[in-house]
Amino acid sequence: MSLPPFQVLVDTHATELHRFLAASIGPDLAEDCLQDTFISALRAYPRLRHGENLRAWLYTIAHRKATDVVRRHARRPASVDLDGMPPGREPSVAPHEPPDDGLWRRVRALPGKQRAAVVHRFVMDLDYRAIGELMGTSEEAARQNVSAGLKRLRQELDR
Amino acid sequence: MNDLERRLAQGEAAAFDAERLMADLGRHAAEAGLADVAYGTMDSPVGELLVAVTERGLVRVAFSSELSDEVLAELAARVSPRVLRLPARTDEVRRELDEYFAGDRQQFDVPVDWSLVRGFAQGVLHATARVPFGQTTTYRQVAEAAGSPRASRAAGNALGANPIPIVVPCHRVLHSGGGLGGYAGGLDRKRTLLTLEGVLPG
Repeated sequence: MSLPPFQVLVDTHATELHRFLAASIGPDLAEDCLQDTFISALRAYPRLRHGENLRAWLYTIAHRKATDVVRRHARRPASVDLDGMPPGREPSVAPHEPPDDGLWRRVRALPGKQRAAVVHRFVMDLDYRAIGELMGTSEEAARQNVSAGLKRLRQELDR
Repeated sequence: MNDLERRLAQGEAAAFDAERLMADLGRHAAEAGLADVAYGTMDSPVGELLVAVTERGLVRVAFSSELSDEVLAELAARVSPRVLRLPARTDEVRRELDEYFAGDRQQFDVPVDWSLVRGFAQGVLHATARVPFGQTTTYRQVAEAAGSPRASRAAGNALGANPIPIVVPCHRVLHSGGGLGGYAGGLDRKRTLLTLEGVLPG
């Protein structure tokens, strides 16, 4: 299968990738991160040997970019504090969220694979097999990543 | 599904502006030299046109009689898969075409990228590109100019596959007997263009 025009990838996947990134790193940073994702993909695109699994390929890049963003901000606790943001100042709290217990902040602070797996499972509503395909792992590993991430979120929220 | 899972499933509110993404992406891609093929569309007296440009010049003009998905897929396969919808990059071509249709331009100045043309067709289309506004030639004559005077039929095929109609004016090539011959975009479009150029009565 030959490579489709890159525009097709943008038109087909931009919305879902944005949703994935907004959940992974917050809406404020998602748009820039999506730009970075597409530019990296565009750079590498002609070197791909075939047009299979392009969606998984894009998610791999998006996940890597999201992890870079999380690391960058973890190193600069003054700008976006992943641990101790005072209540009411969190810039990216969804309006439907009950009294802020920092759920999304804690999602972002999960280890990368757990974060991506939890977002794929619940925000993107994918089954474990699809998550495994997108993340390049087995179905079982996908299930474990989701369950480890959930366990950690529960522990932190219950504290 | 428990409370935590339900909250996760509601996701995080995030508006997404696809148009802004595309505008920014186009600018970044162009700055990084990654927009190998840029395309846009325009209205014209011969229907909607899709125009595509590369660094080298105009590489494709397509009538709406062709499926744009197929046109773009061919560009991806034969020129570069880095195909992006960046109308601003096609502004110059679209302006020249607008002027042509308004009767204010008889010759195109945009450079042409011949990437989609190979072999004998190249000679045929180069000869065709030299036919001035308002004049016509024949299949036989362009075949002869391409070095094969007996290859009228092959010349016809090359003209039928012209990737850059209007700008490479294959509509100016007619049958030696005076008939209109064929046109990939349909004879109505050929008539419209020849009328615009004063070859056919208005």
